[in-house]
Amino acid sequence: MQSVKMQRVKIKSRKPQSLGSRLFDVGNYILLALVGLVMFYPMYYVFIISISSAEFINQGSVNLFPRGINWDAYKIVFKNEQIWTGYKNTILYTTVGTLINLACTAMCAYPLSRKDLYGRSVITVIVTLTMFVSGGLIPLYLVVSQLKLLNTMWAIVLPPAISTYNMIVMRTSFSAIPDSLMESAYLDGANDIQILARIVLPLSKPIMATMTLFYAVSHWNSYFPAMIYLNDQAKYPVQVIMRDIVIQGDMAQNGDIASNLNVVATNYKYAVIIISVIPILMVYPLLQKYFTKGVMVGAVKG
Amino acid sequence: MKTVNRMTGQQRWKRIKKCKYLYIILIIPMLYYFFFHYMPMYGVLIAFKDYNIGKGVWGSTWVGLKHFRKFLTDTYFWKLVRNTLLLNIYGLLWGFPIPILLAIMLNEVKHSKFKRLIQTVSYLPHFISTVVVCGMVVNFLSLDGILNQLLESLGFEKTQFLMYPQYFRTIYTASGIWQSCGWTSIIYLAALTGVDQEILEAAMIDGANRWQRIRHVTLPAITPTISIMLIMQLGKLMTLGYEKILLLYNGSTYETADIISTYVYRRGILSNDFSYATAVGLFQSVVGVILLVMANKVSKRLSETSLW
Repeated sequence: MQSVKMQRVKIKSRKPQSLGSRLFDVGNYILLALVGLVMFYPMYYVFIISISSAEFINQGSVNLFPRGINWDAYKIVFKNEQIWTGYKNTILYTTVGTLINLACTAMCAYPLSRKDLYGRSVITVIVTLTMFVSGGLIPLYLVVSQLKLLNTMWAIVLPPAISTYNMIVMRTSFSAIPDSLMESAYLDGANDIQILARIVLPLSKPIMATMTLFYAVSHWNSYFPAMIYLNDQAKYPVQVIMRDIVIQGDMAQNGDIASNLNVVATNYKYAVIIISVIPILMVYPLLQKYFTKGVMVGAVKG
Repeated sequence: MKTVNRMTGQQRWKRIKKCKYLYIILIIPMLYYFFFHYMPMYGVLIAFKDYNIGKGVWGSTWVGLKHFRKFLTDTYFWKLVRNTLLLNIYGLLWGFPIPILLAIMLNEVKHSKFKRLIQTVSYLPHFISTVVVCGMVVNFLSLDGILNQLLESLGFEKTQFLMYPQYFRTIYTASGIWQSCGWTSIIYLAALTGVDQEILEAAMIDGANRWQRIRHVTLPAITPTISIMLIMQLGKLMTLGYEKILLLYNGSTYETADIISTYVYRRGILSNDFSYATAVGLFQSVVGVILLVMANKVSKRLSETSLW
């Protein structure tokens, strides 16, 4: 695909361009640059405010560049026990949750990728039906509560254990593995559990990597399940802690903020935002690559 | 006759036995679907009962359509429906064409570096959590936020935008577009790579200019994708996520901001009115399914594209 595109570009650029076409290009580039700016500026603004000093922030004179650069807001944020606990909880939920996701999704996808599975179509219907029909928020909440999962990590990691859409993508990828590999493994006396662990999974590293990212990002960013299922503050993930600070203006560190001339509520809040986003930014190049592929696969099939 | 049956029975048993380990692997996923999908579906029954935690789903007393009647005759019901529909329609009106435009514009860019840069910055908001996006909205619009600073420097009065119901829809829609337009454009960009280059070149030789090529070649080529996306959106008219609204609304903006799913959340989770909230949620999903089926039928008739 890429090479075809490159060729096309070359052919086009060799031809002389009409004035209208050139005007079109200029307008198009300006508009797109504006779009880029609108997308980028809010996040950039949050960052420059978080490292600017209170004096300039209160004047409202921090617009394009940080002024009075200092990291005091971050120093105060790092002193916040709640944020550390929240961060630890988020890392725990993301790790355990993603491992459960990968194991369950693979365990569902592998048998369904096998054409010789007896009852395959019935099981497929049972599973895909859940993409269209659901009990809704309250019945799910009651089930979680009856299973005595309320206020435990399991309420966060178990209900989203399998995303049926991801499972179907994984199944498609598994079914591309040649049958001959499995047949020869059978002849060597391996059973299906061994085949899944020793042949299918090692051959499916790219799809497993994609799924790891899909699931990990959704765990990292999720706040709603934690809000309804957890009531012990020591178990809150960072997103819920951040909601309390950034949206509800819950300032547990008023003393620290007031005693530091460089820090006001604004840059403190923005520092909290930046700290929660950093892990996402660090894996963003990977995310862009794998997620785009995922959407493309979905689009071609759809 | 009997022997034939026994033979098939035996064969069936043989086939089942052959997949023994596959079934063992499936046990955990099936338990998952049973507990977290089919149990809640069974739990929907409480919409027709007065749910009592001690008695459980089956043991609670049947009350028929009591909760539905109560909800449908409540004047607040119409406000919720109106808010849900309007927020969706605004999102559709503004949010639907923008990704298509963005994709077409990106497709016309020849500098691959510039194109990649714009794509990179416009996909990023998709990966940022709802809490962060809403946190940015709340703080940008607060009294000492960037928007009020700008308004003040231009000589306007400061306003607490999130406290007034008349601004809520604009805020909700604009922040939604900011977060998702880049990402949604990927689907159209993927469709655009399928545009037949020979037709484009033929149009060029025939003297069609850029506009004409976009209008008569590019756009028709992605029309099937556009109509499928539109059907999916129309089918979702009655559903709207609560996650963002819960973070942005407050008592003073319920007038325009309270939607069916936030109402379900408040009645069910906060006030423990389980049966009533389930009935409201069920009403919403039934209407949603009807809308989806209808939208699909209309589209089948008009353009011969359908979801199923």
